[in-house]
Amino acid sequence: MDETRIAQILSRYEGDPADLIPVLQDIQDEYNHLPKDELKVVSRRLNLPLTQVFGVATFYKMFSLLPKGKHQVKVCLGTTCHLKGGPRLVDSVSSRIGCELGYTSKDGQFSLETVGCLGSCAQAPVMMIGDKYFARVTVDKVPKVLKPYQK
Amino acid sequence: MPRFESVDHLTEYRRQLKARLDPNQLQVLVCAGPGCLPLGSEELAQAFQEALAEKGLDGKVALKATGCHGLCAHGVRVLIRPREIAYERVTLADVPEIVEATLVNGQPVERLMQRDPTSGALCPCKADLPFYQAQQPLVLRKLDLIDPESLDDYLAVGGYRTLRKVLFKMTPDDVIDAVEQSGLRGRGGAGFLTGRKWRICREAEGDVRFIISNGDEGDPGAFMDRAVMEGDPHSVIEGMIVGGYAIGARQGYIYVRHEYPLAVKRLRLAIEQAREAGFLGANILRSGFNFDIKIAQGSGAFVCGEETALISSIEGHIGEPQPRPPYPAQAGLFGLPTIINNVETWANIPEIINMGPQWYAAMGTENSKGTKVFSLVGSVNHTGLVEVPMGTTLRQIIYDLGGGIPDGRPFKAVQTGGPSGGCIPAQFLDLPVDYDSLQQVGSIMGSGGMIVMDDTSCMVDVSRYFIGFLYDESCGKCTPCREGLKQLKHFYEEITQGRGEEAHLDLMEELCQAMAGASICGLGQSAVNPVLSTLKYFRHEYEAHIRDKKCPALVCRPLLTYTVDPETCTGCLACVRECPVAAISGKKKEAQEIDQELCIKCGLCFESCQFDAVRRE
Repeated sequence: MDETRIAQILSRYEGDPADLIPVLQDIQDEYNHLPKDELKVVSRRLNLPLTQVFGVATFYKMFSLLPKGKHQVKVCLGTTCHLKGGPRLVDSVSSRIGCELGYTSKDGQFSLETVGCLGSCAQAPVMMIGDKYFARVTVDKVPKVLKPYQK
Repeated sequence: MPRFESVDHLTEYRRQLKARLDPNQLQVLVCAGPGCLPLGSEELAQAFQEALAEKGLDGKVALKATGCHGLCAHGVRVLIRPREIAYERVTLADVPEIVEATLVNGQPVERLMQRDPTSGALCPCKADLPFYQAQQPLVLRKLDLIDPESLDDYLAVGGYRTLRKVLFKMTPDDVIDAVEQSGLRGRGGAGFLTGRKWRICREAEGDVRFIISNGDEGDPGAFMDRAVMEGDPHSVIEGMIVGGYAIGARQGYIYVRHEYPLAVKRLRLAIEQAREAGFLGANILRSGFNFDIKIAQGSGAFVCGEETALISSIEGHIGEPQPRPPYPAQAGLFGLPTIINNVETWANIPEIINMGPQWYAAMGTENSKGTKVFSLVGSVNHTGLVEVPMGTTLRQIIYDLGGGIPDGRPFKAVQTGGPSGGCIPAQFLDLPVDYDSLQQVGSIMGSGGMIVMDDTSCMVDVSRYFIGFLYDESCGKCTPCREGLKQLKHFYEEITQGRGEEAHLDLMEELCQAMAGASICGLGQSAVNPVLSTLKYFRHEYEAHIRDKKCPALVCRPLLTYTVDPETCTGCLACVRECPVAAISGKKKEAQEIDQELCIKCGLCFESCQFDAVRRE
């Protein structure tokens, strides 16, 4: 474990128990997941039982105990996207990046998840790769969308 | 930006700001709202900047990437002021022509002008389109006027004007009186009277109080809060300062869901600007009032939109709701009196104070005052954000503003209120929309999502979708919600896979009654609305799934059959490449065949076929 890296994240906070979620968000952003040893450090520094730290880490969807892929693919399954073919889009993306829903591909390039709603309902079905949105992604557009991200 | 030491300083600065503005200056306003952003607003604004620089116009023409222009369907939208010329479906390729024709020569580009989808008539100016004519924008008013990252822009349209009135001319009780008289009800869903909530909080014991803005907009199909937070963040902050003064809070929080990274960025910037200008922090405008705002980011849990779960989340716990009472107004964040209102509610506050409660209360219906923003999406021509007075009928919203259903398809239902709402059938199209009327027909206002469905939507599938969504999102704390949703999900799986029985429908109704009565929070209590409303109005669709093992709308996968029409199939093999289970076979340039044993009915062949040769029955 890189002691200085985690110490640097914790130094942004005062060590208040209510800082738990922002601290975990920072770790998730920087490490791409929540490593076990780092969670133990968080528990000690915020003076919180490890059960609470793990409870929070496993309750919220943005946290992951396993490393996520280099490119995080989020397919929207909001109501409009559901009606406009979102589930088919999930299948198509999944088979093309070789990664089951909720997992990371073997080469570590992609992880695939669905989200409740991205708020771009007028352009359904919508998906995101990293911070970039893709509008009206019908199944035939999937190869073109994925191409720049595939090695 | 100076730090304003007094109200007069602010007034003088605003006067100078306005004096510098040339009303005839050409402005290019590129929509970068939730709908247009995925279509490439940022790249488009960049292209405009380069094209303007090339023509030497960069100092003369003001270019802004703004919040949502409302009409998402035909993005990217570009508005040219002062003539209000509205262009739609603008792409990078159109930029040189717009710059040359409109900005240099003053000529509109006809092929990019908006058209009325019903009559096909050209509508050169924004206000010519029926979509905009019937609206009464109050919360959305500034979205296509200002650069959301510029405090000067916000000040120029009257921003932070309420501070003069509130901090120096009104007592906290006056402010609460005004909000009470306006009749404003919470825009997050339940519709509790905002003024009453504030008064309860002000009268609660203790010296420390909190204000929270709920921006955890989790309802699928609703994006008005995202549009406001991204497009007009200072309105929310201004509303919260007023609220803080009214109830005596010194600290506010804005809770934003993590799926909205741009909203977080814009709010952070706006808070920073407001602090620098002296609208937040200690001794605001030397009034003696101290107030500041922090941002709390959600971590991806729908249940955190529920107020007590949201509070648990800010405290660093898992997002489990607490039984009420005590209500947050009495014992909320860290056990202290807390006002929690939705983003749209806060954005309404400055206008109510500026224009007066009577002005506000003159809009709307008897028990639902003011305007409401709806996100009109699904099978409707003009998808986007609309703001209308309460009491506008569904027909007006869907047909007059929304331009009706695409391809002349028949209307089947409109789903309001997200997963906690219901599906409203055609017989109620003339219903005036307000909190009470929607409840009477088995739905709710919710945050204002309005999803229009035509005959290609299966109501059993829609309800199954919501139950599946809520099953995933239930926090699992109370039994009626956790187990009830599990059983409902099971029934829906049976029915949509052709194993349903008619007795299931009665059991589902019984289960719904137990869940509505016994669940701790709104998630479980209202989870029954999609089920009960579809069982009531679309029972025949359930019966078709159960008796005939057919999905009339051709949606429920296990009940479908895919075949290839040998006459139309060209043998291009597009479907073969798409099929994940290699169920399609045949020679190139010859008709293909689908092996029904292998087919998993995913429909990828149907969607990938360019020749409509794949049949779905």
